[in-house]
Amino acid sequence: MLEIKDLHARIGDREILKGFSLTINPGEVHAIMGPNGAGKSTLSSVLAGKEDYEVTGGSVTFLGKDLLAMDAAERACSGIFLAFQYPVEIPGVSNMTFLRTALNSVRKYRGLEELSTPDFLRLMKEKAAKLGMSQDMLRRGVNVGFSGGEKKRNDILQMSVLEPSFCILDETDSGLDIDALRIVSEGVNSLRSPERSMLVITHYQRLLDYIVPDVIHVMHQGKIVRTGGKELALELESTGYAAYGQDAA
Amino acid sequence: MSADLHPIRTAAEQALSSAIDATLAAAPASGPIADLRRAAAKTFTENGLPTRRVEEWHYTDLRALMREALPIAGAPDAAAVAEAGKGVVAFPEAVRIVFVNGTLVESLSDLASLPAGLTVTSLEAALASGDPLLERIGSLSPKSYDGALALNTAFLRAGLLIKVAAGATVEKPLHVAHVFTGAAAATYARNVIVVEDGAKATLIESFAGVEGVAYQANDAMEMVVGAGATLEHVRLQEEGAKALHLGTLMLDLGKEATFNSFTLTAGAATSRVSLYGKLTGEGAHLGIRGANLLKARQHGDMTLVIEHIEPGCDSRELIKSVLADEARGVFQGKIVVRPEAQKTDGRMMSQALLLGDNAEMDNKPELEIFADDVQCGHGATAGAMDENLMFYMMARGIAKAEAEALLIQAFVGEAVEFVTNEAVRETLIARMEAWLKARAA
Ligand SMILES: Nc1ncnc2c1ncn2[C@@H]1O[C@H](COP(=O)(O)OP(=O)(O)O)[C@@H](O)[C@H]1O
Ligand SMILES: [Mg+2]
Repeated sequence: MLEIKDLHARIGDREILKGFSLTINPGEVHAIMGPNGAGKSTLSSVLAGKEDYEVTGGSVTFLGKDLLAMDAAERACSGIFLAFQYPVEIPGVSNMTFLRTALNSVRKYRGLEELSTPDFLRLMKEKAAKLGMSQDMLRRGVNVGFSGGEKKRNDILQMSVLEPSFCILDETDSGLDIDALRIVSEGVNSLRSPERSMLVITHYQRLLDYIVPDVIHVMHQGKIVRTGGKELALELESTGYAAYGQDAA
Repeated sequence: MSADLHPIRTAAEQALSSAIDATLAAAPASGPIADLRRAAAKTFTENGLPTRRVEEWHYTDLRALMREALPIAGAPDAAAVAEAGKGVVAFPEAVRIVFVNGTLVESLSDLASLPAGLTVTSLEAALASGDPLLERIGSLSPKSYDGALALNTAFLRAGLLIKVAAGATVEKPLHVAHVFTGAAAATYARNVIVVEDGAKATLIESFAGVEGVAYQANDAMEMVVGAGATLEHVRLQEEGAKALHLGTLMLDLGKEATFNSFTLTAGAATSRVSLYGKLTGEGAHLGIRGANLLKARQHGDMTLVIEHIEPGCDSRELIKSVLADEARGVFQGKIVVRPEAQKTDGRMMSQALLLGDNAEMDNKPELEIFADDVQCGHGATAGAMDENLMFYMMARGIAKAEAEALLIQAFVGEAVEFVTNEAVRETLIARMEAWLKARAA
């Protein structure tokens, strides 16, 4: 599904991804753990198409296509979804308008008809209820006045409405209390399917109790330094990132 | 400097002076309007067109911009009327009065079917009958010389006297449309609106014209809002892209009266609207909001002079400018608080979204406060489109142009939301959407 080969990226003159490689097959859930500053958010931004970053080497192939040749909107339309570590607020654009515009863009790209207003409202009602989001929240500006947890929930709502084939969750657990974590995780787990892959980025092992990955990678200084199974998360939980604490370079 | 005392006349200024003399010679020799016109002609001849050295016109040098004195537009023929009729934006429910090339066109207007409480008289009919509202013309002129207003007054020949009867609530908006068609010419319109005590009305002014013709449109209006009365005011400026648009609004706001105004500026090569507002009654409410949607090399200047004369009044100004390409926006806002105007509450804000690398916004807020117990503030911001918001939207599949359009709508939406009449607001939003579509195309 997604094949990242020897990816190098920088911001300004600072290289942050330094030869990152990873292959994810359909239906697989991979986790990336790593200390702060390892480049996890940079990786997710580069995959989603943020223009601040300059890719200086390597390749990313998504469903057989050159992902790096597309802009962020095209990537989203072809099935990439990034749940942000820090979702932004967009005053003046209601969640409803935003989601409807997004969904119709994605549907158009996939050769589907636009959803009628009643069909869209029905869909929203159903998806929002599952995540415990009120209709009032949907009428408000995107993330405006939302708590940290509500913003994360809103991102997962967007994900469940847009039905991407590849989901990147960037520290979705940060700032969530245990109830919110459960709701968000259930939302994510209900989207797991043999056709959909996920990349779960987290600093803590806790999230992986809820969203159980097939593979765990440890990222440090812009690349993967270890790969293993669930036991890797437990090991990191007890030892911490002390081993990766200092930049050896 | 001697150059200021004896300004060197440009060819355009000389031609304007001669044209004023010619029209005055053809007009009645006496009467209130004739005297007013003569006085204006005199000040114009003495002062000419304002230049950048005149503080209020610093950013809009009219002498440099009006290189040509165009002939006054003649009455439109049937073809021009038919053509112009198509160019009038439809506001649902509104009663409409249409001027084509500065001439009132009854066949396009609803003069015969006005709602109760609303009286609209043409200047011509008012002069014939000696309408008392004629006295309002010129009654609110600023003390300082205003070149655009002087020209408007000197050439004064057509307009409307509008009255909303005391206590009347007129639900249907009155839409006064100005349309220009045909070859380059100058038009002058002068209106008066008096909203009597306790009355309530909505006035929409719209301006549109042929693209690609450098015509000049100059309008002015005296607005008197009586005690406890409300005037909702909308100005939709969508002149042709080569036009010069000059507008002057003069307002007297009475005790506990409300003036709530919204201006959309999207047209003309160069436009300037001056608003002179006086809060002359206690507890009056003034709200002036505007959105500038400008592209290419358009220049849009909004200049406000608000005088708080009586105590306990509030004024709010919010100007949102979206400037693409090399467009330039100007906002000058002066709030004067007279010594008696204690408990004044004034807030002024100008925000600009710069879409083009060479776009520019000039803000000049000024507070002149002579009372001690007041709350007044102003602010200005200018910045590019927020890349983080753009990325968030694009990361959900929304194409760049559409994401930008949504953010622009949200930005100007904070000003247009103050338009209280929903149908009018929706029509304005549709005009903004049309602008966004045209820009994306
Ligand atoms: N916009 C930026 N400008 C400069 N440096 C940045 C920027 N974004 C991230 N970095 C740097 O890149 C490194 C990786 O950051 P990030 O990808 O956020 O790591 P992580 O998500 O693993 O904590 C950090 O050292 C951070 O300071
Ligand atoms: Mg991060």
